[in-house]
Amino acid sequence: MATYETWNPIKAQQIIAAKTGLEGATLPILHDLQGTFGCIPLDAVPMVASALNLSRAEVHGIVTFYHEFRRTPPGRHILRLCRAEACQSLGADAVGAHVNTRLHLDGHGTTADGSVTLEPVFCLGLCAVGPAALLDGQPLGRLSVARIDAELERLA
Amino acid sequence: MTRIFVPRDTAALALGSDRVATALAGSARIVRTGSRGLFWLEPMIEVETPQGRIAYGPVTASDVPDLLAAGLLDGGPHPLRLGRPEDLPFLARQTRLTFARCGIIDPLSLDDYRDHGGLAGLARARSIGPAATIDMVLKSGLRGRGGAGFPTGIKWKTVAEAPGERKFVVCNADEGDSGTYGDRMLMEGDPFSVIEGMAITGLAAGAAKGYVYTRSEYPHAIATFDAALAIARQAGVLGPDFDIEQRVGAGAYVCGEETALLESLEGRRGQVRAKPPLPAHKGLFASPTVVNNLITLATVPAILTGGAEAYQALGMGRSRGTMPIQLAGNIRYAGLFEAGFGVTLGELVHDIGGGTLSGRPVRAVQVGGPLGAYFPPALFDTPFDYEAFAARDGLIGHGGVVVFDDTVDMARQARFAMEFCAAESCGKCTPCRIGSVRGLETVDKILAGHNVDSNLDLLRDLCHTMKFGSLCALGGFIPYPVMSALEHFPDDFRRTMKEA
Repeated sequence: MATYETWNPIKAQQIIAAKTGLEGATLPILHDLQGTFGCIPLDAVPMVASALNLSRAEVHGIVTFYHEFRRTPPGRHILRLCRAEACQSLGADAVGAHVNTRLHLDGHGTTADGSVTLEPVFCLGLCAVGPAALLDGQPLGRLSVARIDAELERLA
Repeated sequence: MTRIFVPRDTAALALGSDRVATALAGSARIVRTGSRGLFWLEPMIEVETPQGRIAYGPVTASDVPDLLAAGLLDGGPHPLRLGRPEDLPFLARQTRLTFARCGIIDPLSLDDYRDHGGLAGLARARSIGPAATIDMVLKSGLRGRGGAGFPTGIKWKTVAEAPGERKFVVCNADEGDSGTYGDRMLMEGDPFSVIEGMAITGLAAGAAKGYVYTRSEYPHAIATFDAALAIARQAGVLGPDFDIEQRVGAGAYVCGEETALLESLEGRRGQVRAKPPLPAHKGLFASPTVVNNLITLATVPAILTGGAEAYQALGMGRSRGTMPIQLAGNIRYAGLFEAGFGVTLGELVHDIGGGTLSGRPVRAVQVGGPLGAYFPPALFDTPFDYEAFAARDGLIGHGGVVVFDDTVDMARQARFAMEFCAAESCGKCTPCRIGSVRGLETVDKILAGHNVDSNLDLLRDLCHTMKFGSLCALGGFIPYPVMSALEHFPDDFRRTMKEA
């Protein structure tokens, strides 16, 4: 289960200051912010901009360029389901469709009760044991509808 | 206590190897390793016996009591007993140079690494000096394993000769192609080979700092590699002369393109740069930079140790040495197959891979990731070689081979290629940014049966524009899967029309 802190500008400032000295510090800082708060909170954008001598627009542009950075905190569990070709060849589309139906989502998003965030990924490097996923960071291979049901059941 | 080797490769973890290790913990000394790359047998455990290592697999935690009762610790007989791993046909047929240690050693033991020939390449490079090191890599014929196939020695020489106060080595571990997992396996199974390869590159090119850019979808590889960096630093393998820092991507496929990767490392949006200037002249932080794929770098120590001639003797045509081919998707024996260039696609899919996992006939094989062409069985005589694939409007890319059975709808796969390109385009050049969206719309019209002939012409024309007008390989190569689907599987694009 993913646990994140609520927004705290002092903590954010510490995270930013710890990496400001790196060359090309933007991504390391954004990763640390997301690792702490579960997303890149809107209030953090001007702080990162000021620390790195960038405009807010530039930081916004960077945050939104990369699929991995979230703008809002995720649900209690994060399911990253691979939708790429190798997993497709083993039935990932059917698994994906089933997960969508079960969670009432359309490929990407958080369930209404905040329990699960579903994120599509394009390759986890588990192409020999697909369909594959990462559930709260734990790799899952050879997924079937029954197996993903069992995993999601366990979360409840 | 008897030693039992249990993989900690992410694919083995996905199949429950942690639970197997826990179940064995009281009965043996557990050594966690990378994977040998025989994924249909994972979790594959190996017991150290006087006769050598004896493998068992695929093992689940619930098999453990039964295995122990059958004399697992002495290599006793059991239905899951596979014998010596090196005698398994899938491994016996390979020539493992880059992956020689993967799955065998403890990835975080520098002593293990040394005992298996590690650091000998770096010692050799130090004794012969930068110029002779570059010369060896040139003579070996090593070409970039990321897909472009550029001669590695020439790239190094360019950087070594370029004027600059600072120079960099960048390891591209943004392994985004579906069907590829070789970088991940090495980072988890033999990370010191990457570190050694980068240290040799730094020495040859005159760089004091290296960066590894790893994709965020590989959390276990990131953790293992960071741990290996700390060990290497403490042991003095890395230090003031040459140090390495790992940076993590954030889910942008295009950052596997070298100039987009450099932009990302510098802290910006991963947008492709126009070339020239080449990264070798003006790369990271405007300094001369060697950007090499992880497998290229991890192969360098083996070349320095075994000699350029031995490496050059393997392969075919202008593709010298070995290629770690990654068999993936709907294939019975999915796994890593490292062999000299020249093995045919048909041998890979049928003889080595055992056909489809589903047992249905093979219909198409995509080679080289999302930008690679779909090959029909009629082209299975194509040898694995940069030029032979290019001659058939395909590419070998990073060596991923994804097999599809006869249930695949190739028009849907063409649609996916355009959809993927639209989602992943960095937006810098128009053919890719706009072309992919228009391409997706056009495939949708074809699928819906609207003006199929004229829309097929339009799609071909669009692919031509993207191929020759795009700034990088994303927009430039996405026509390969689209056009190959159209060329080899034309009926799939007319299905709706026929049904209507």
